[in-house]
Amino acid sequence: MRALVVDDSRAMRSILSRILAKAGADEIWEAGDGREAIARIESSGSPDLVLVDWNMPVMNGLDFIVALRRNTDWRRVTIVMVTTENAQSQVVRALAAGAHEYLIKPFDECALLEKLDLLGLYSPEQAGRSALALNSQGHI
Amino acid sequence: MSVATEQFQYVQELVRERCAIVLREDKGYLVESRLAPIAHSLGMDGADAVLRRLRASRDSHLEQQVLEAMTTNETSWFRDLRPFNALRDCVLPDVLRQKHTDKRLCIWSAACSSGQELYSVAMLLEEHFPLLQHGWDVQLIGTDFNSEMVRRATSATFSTVEVNRGLPASLLVRYFDQEGANWRVSSKLRQRVHFMRMNLVGMWPALPIFDIVLLRNVLIYFDLGTKRRVLARTARQMGVGSALFLGGAETTTGLCDELEAVSSGGSTFYRLKRGDR
Repeated sequence: MRALVVDDSRAMRSILSRILAKAGADEIWEAGDGREAIARIESSGSPDLVLVDWNMPVMNGLDFIVALRRNTDWRRVTIVMVTTENAQSQVVRALAAGAHEYLIKPFDECALLEKLDLLGLYSPEQAGRSALALNSQGHI
Repeated sequence: MSVATEQFQYVQELVRERCAIVLREDKGYLVESRLAPIAHSLGMDGADAVLRRLRASRDSHLEQQVLEAMTTNETSWFRDLRPFNALRDCVLPDVLRQKHTDKRLCIWSAACSSGQELYSVAMLLEEHFPLLQHGWDVQLIGTDFNSEMVRRATSATFSTVEVNRGLPASLLVRYFDQEGANWRVSSKLRQRVHFMRMNLVGMWPALPIFDIVLLRNVLIYFDLGTKRRVLARTARQMGVGSALFLGGAETTTGLCDELEAVSSGGSTFYRLKRGDR
C-alpha cells in the first residue's frame, strides 16, 4: 500500500506515518498542505490511501479532496479526513466532497486501524500485511 | 497504596461468587486501579481502604460499586467487524427467510456494556434489511451486569472518542444527533432497543426465544464450570435456526454439546445441532 499523509503538523504526520507502517503500508509520503500533496501525487503517481487534515495553510483539506476528485486519474484513491473539526455538518461536507471516512482528533491508534479495517485496507488478523481493496466504500 | 493479601482474597472471592469472574493472584494492580475512583469519591486512601470498609460494613451499595468496577466494559462499534459481515451476509438472510410467516425477530446482546454492539446491530438492520419495517416485530435486547452501563446504553450518548471507534462516518451522519461535545443515537434507533440489568451467573429474568445471541468476550472471564452453565442456559434461549456469536478467543468446544460451529466470511458462529430443538 502506498499512503500519503497530509498535515501541517510534523508531529502529527509522524504519528500517522507510524500507524500506517504498522498497518502494513510499504511506502509512506508526507506533505504539509494540500498543494504540496497535489504536487507529490503529480510527480510520484496516485497513492492508495490519503490521510488528510482539514485546517492547513495554502490549501486546506477540503479543497484538496475536491481537487483530487476532479481528476479522473485519482478517483480511486481512498481518502480519510483526520481533523479536529468535530461538527456533524463538517463530517457531512467532507463525505460529500469525496472523503470515504472521517476521524476526529484526538484519536488513538486503534481508532485509525479500525477505520482502515472498515475500508478493507487493514486486517487485524493479517497485521503487518496490507490487504488492499481499492475504492472500497467501507459500507456496513 | 497496594492491596493487602487479605483484602485481595476478599475481593477475589466476592467477584468469583457474585459474577463468576476469575481474578488471578497477579491481578492486584487491577484491583488497585479499578477501585481507585471509588476510593477517591469516598475520600479514602485507595483500594485497600475501600475493601476494608466493605468487609466491615457489608454495605450492599458499596458492594455493587466494587463489583461493577471490577467488570470489564471494553466495547466499540461493529467490534471485530467480521461477525457483523456474517450477520449481514449469512445469518440474517437465513433467519428472515425462516421467519417470514411469523415475522418476529429477537436479538440479544448479552453483556452489552454501553450498548455499542446492539446499536450497531440496529444500524445494520436499518441499512440492509428495510423489509423489517413492514409488519415485523423486531426485539433488540441488551443486558449487562453493570447498572451504570445499562444507564449509559439507554441514554445512548457517546463521546467523540467513542464514536471514533469503528463507526463508519456515513452512519455517524445518518443515525446520530450532535449534542454539544457528545453524539446521541437518533430517537428512531433508540426506540427499537431495550436495555436491562441482568447477571449471567445469577437469576435470569423472563426472556424471549432468540434468533441471534451475541455473547462476545464474556466467557473468557469465567471458570470452566461457569462457562458450561452459561452456554447451556444460553442454548435454551435459542430458537430453531438461531445463531450464537462468541468472542474471537472463545469456543463452545468441550463446553456445550448442543452447539456446533459454522464458519462464514472469516467469522465463526454457533448453531443448535439438528434435533436439539
